[in-house]
Amino acid sequence: MPPPPDKRPSREASRRAALFSEPLENPLDAGLTAHLVEFGEELRGEGVALGTSELLDAFSALPEVAWNERTLFRETLATTLAKSPEDRAIFDLVFERFFFRATELAALTTGIGEAGSGEGEGEGEGGGNSEIDTEALREQIARAIAEQNESALRDLARLSIAAFAQPGEGSGVLGVDVQRIRRALGLRTDPQEGVPQDDPRAEGLPREGIRRFEQLLRQELERQQIERTSSLPAARPLHELDRALPSGPLQDLASVHRVVTQLKRRLKTQGQEHRGHRRHAQVDIRRTMRASLQTGGVPITLRYRPVRPRRPELFVICDVSTSVTSASVFFLSVMHALHDSFRKMRSFVFIERVSEVTEVFERERDFKAVSEAIARDAGVADISGYTDYGRVWGELLEQIQDELHPRATVIVLGDARTNGRAPGADLFAQIAARAGRTYWLNPEPRLYWNYGDSVIDTYAQYCEAYECWTTAQLENFVKVLTAPEATRP
Amino acid sequence: MPTTPDRPEEVSAGLIDVGYLPDDATALVAFLAIKLGKPILVEGPAGVGKTQLAKSLAETLGRELVRLQCYEGLDEAKALYEWNYRKQLLRIQAEAQDTGWTEVQDDIFGEEFLLERPLMTAIASPDPVVLLIDEIDKTDQEFEAMLLELLSDFQISIPELGRIEASTMPLVLLTSNNSRELTEALKRRCLYLWIDYPSLEHELKIVRLHAPELDEKISRRLVEVIAMVRDLDLKKPPSIAESIDWARALLLLGATDIDSKTFNETMSIIVKHRTDIDIVAERVGVKLDSAEDGSSAASS
Repeated sequence: MPPPPDKRPSREASRRAALFSEPLENPLDAGLTAHLVEFGEELRGEGVALGTSELLDAFSALPEVAWNERTLFRETLATTLAKSPEDRAIFDLVFERFFFRATELAALTTGIGEAGSGEGEGEGEGGGNSEIDTEALREQIARAIAEQNESALRDLARLSIAAFAQPGEGSGVLGVDVQRIRRALGLRTDPQEGVPQDDPRAEGLPREGIRRFEQLLRQELERQQIERTSSLPAARPLHELDRALPSGPLQDLASVHRVVTQLKRRLKTQGQEHRGHRRHAQVDIRRTMRASLQTGGVPITLRYRPVRPRRPELFVICDVSTSVTSASVFFLSVMHALHDSFRKMRSFVFIERVSEVTEVFERERDFKAVSEAIARDAGVADISGYTDYGRVWGELLEQIQDELHPRATVIVLGDARTNGRAPGADLFAQIAARAGRTYWLNPEPRLYWNYGDSVIDTYAQYCEAYECWTTAQLENFVKVLTAPEATRP
Repeated sequence: MPTTPDRPEEVSAGLIDVGYLPDDATALVAFLAIKLGKPILVEGPAGVGKTQLAKSLAETLGRELVRLQCYEGLDEAKALYEWNYRKQLLRIQAEAQDTGWTEVQDDIFGEEFLLERPLMTAIASPDPVVLLIDEIDKTDQEFEAMLLELLSDFQISIPELGRIEASTMPLVLLTSNNSRELTEALKRRCLYLWIDYPSLEHELKIVRLHAPELDEKISRRLVEVIAMVRDLDLKKPPSIAESIDWARALLLLGATDIDSKTFNETMSIIVKHRTDIDIVAERVGVKLDSAEDGSSAASS
């Protein structure tokens, strides 16, 4: 057994060798080193926090594996470079794009064309791609699917595109092309007759495998499209969500969900961070005495009372009129996902009248069902469908005034656009006076505040008003909401 | 007899031998960790076998497993080392009156009075061990910072004794349920492995490995149902261990098929929340009913 301490100098050496690409000890040549550094650069550009030490790790890891196999190569890089699920998603995208580009570039500079795409175009109609035996191709694909050989599948995907999809003949819709090729290849899950006994098709192919092959086909087709139009969509993946709250009537619920889980995680750790900062909290006499037993009754170590994150009672009041509806559904869903973090929480929606929806949220776990239920049952719009703040405050005060107390927090989400009706600021002031804290979240950028019929300043004198139209702002607000009491002025 | 694998496939084969069926990425990362002497940070949803991976690795490598279970408020005294105050006090009291202070001091800050905690044990062990730091996300950031010295240099500084360096390189696994973001500094020192719920085929293999007597058709149906249940928005989706438990339970009951009746009776093995049970009974139970009409198409 080689004693592990011996490994360390050699690891250092191989790192150095990788970095300065000394060919003696390391199979990585200068070309690949440069490419990898470039790749790291590109990852950084997409927002992955990548340090030099991680690149060095990648270099020292690669010689240990047979990295000329694509999957191994990718996984090795992924485990050393991408350190969170989000980073991994970005990594996969960048990996595909980068190495695809790198190969294409290399092919261009060395003058190697692909037989299938370059010349096939000319003779494709007449010769019918004579060099590809379609029956052999079918069999090979079936075998690769059965063996789950990723690298082979990828090559076969390219081949079958060359065989079945003549350039220029594509429907323009990737999904249609994929299905057409799949049909031509005769990939089915049920057992097929007329094939040799040992052929995997005789027993039918696994559904998962076929799906994977379809994915590869789609990828390859996408690549070819990119190639034809010679432009890469350089959009930054996964970041568009930060820019604004999902808007529009049919928002992407999955992306909402993603933000919510993220927030939940942040919120959970919130208390701990503050606990660390505020060590000068009260001494816990009982626990200190208990700890002093170890040192013969001398209280050497002091024990403190933990600073608990504040778990306020929440009253969330949400405008659901058409002008702010997408933001409010999003906001309510966030608040209810965070339900566990708060001791008690009640939700109301309003347009012309106010209506409690706490139960709806407790019963339904599906955002879509919630918004449907609210639209159907809440009965908040009487006649005009325009917000009537004055009336809403009156009704709300009646409903909750007995429950409001100094530890309660009231959060209003609305654009404060009164449609020319009375703002009822005095009623709102009464609510704010009874509650411990009152916040107003305005889904409009601050620029538009107090323009037109917006009367946010009338309310802002009784509460803290925040603009809230990006997820970052929402997160900030959640932090404010859950910060321990002492940190607040 | 400790062994060092030379190829990722060997790690994979070794793990299968001890009943853990890794996917390619898992085997590769474990292999790299052994080769490079770097810690692995394993993340993923609860119940995908993160802790089990460490146990199985220890078993297949023939190393001892040292486990540190993290929790809120874990500190150095419980993770690294602690002076045995009681013994020290006794020692001082037992000492004759006129012994000089220096002698006593030299004496009571010796290794005899040191209580080794898991991290210390892992470092000081003469044979290489597998160190499992479980649920690192449960601790606070101070503790994480303390780990940094250990993870990059494999050494611990004790003011009274000096530096203790690892004589052998432990294989370190940190697991996290992703309940909070770990610091960049910690991540930077680790290889990263994300384990997700296994694919249908993979889970089928796992179930077959642990409950080989169960009919293949039922096993397949079982993992399909499990996948269906995981797709629902549950408080606690069923883990792999629970699907194995379920398979064993079905075996004991001698079930021949998973219809809605058997499902409702045995559901409590995979679903453990009041609200979850309602949701699963409502969504999956109905599907099983309707599937019975054309069950052959769905199950094969």
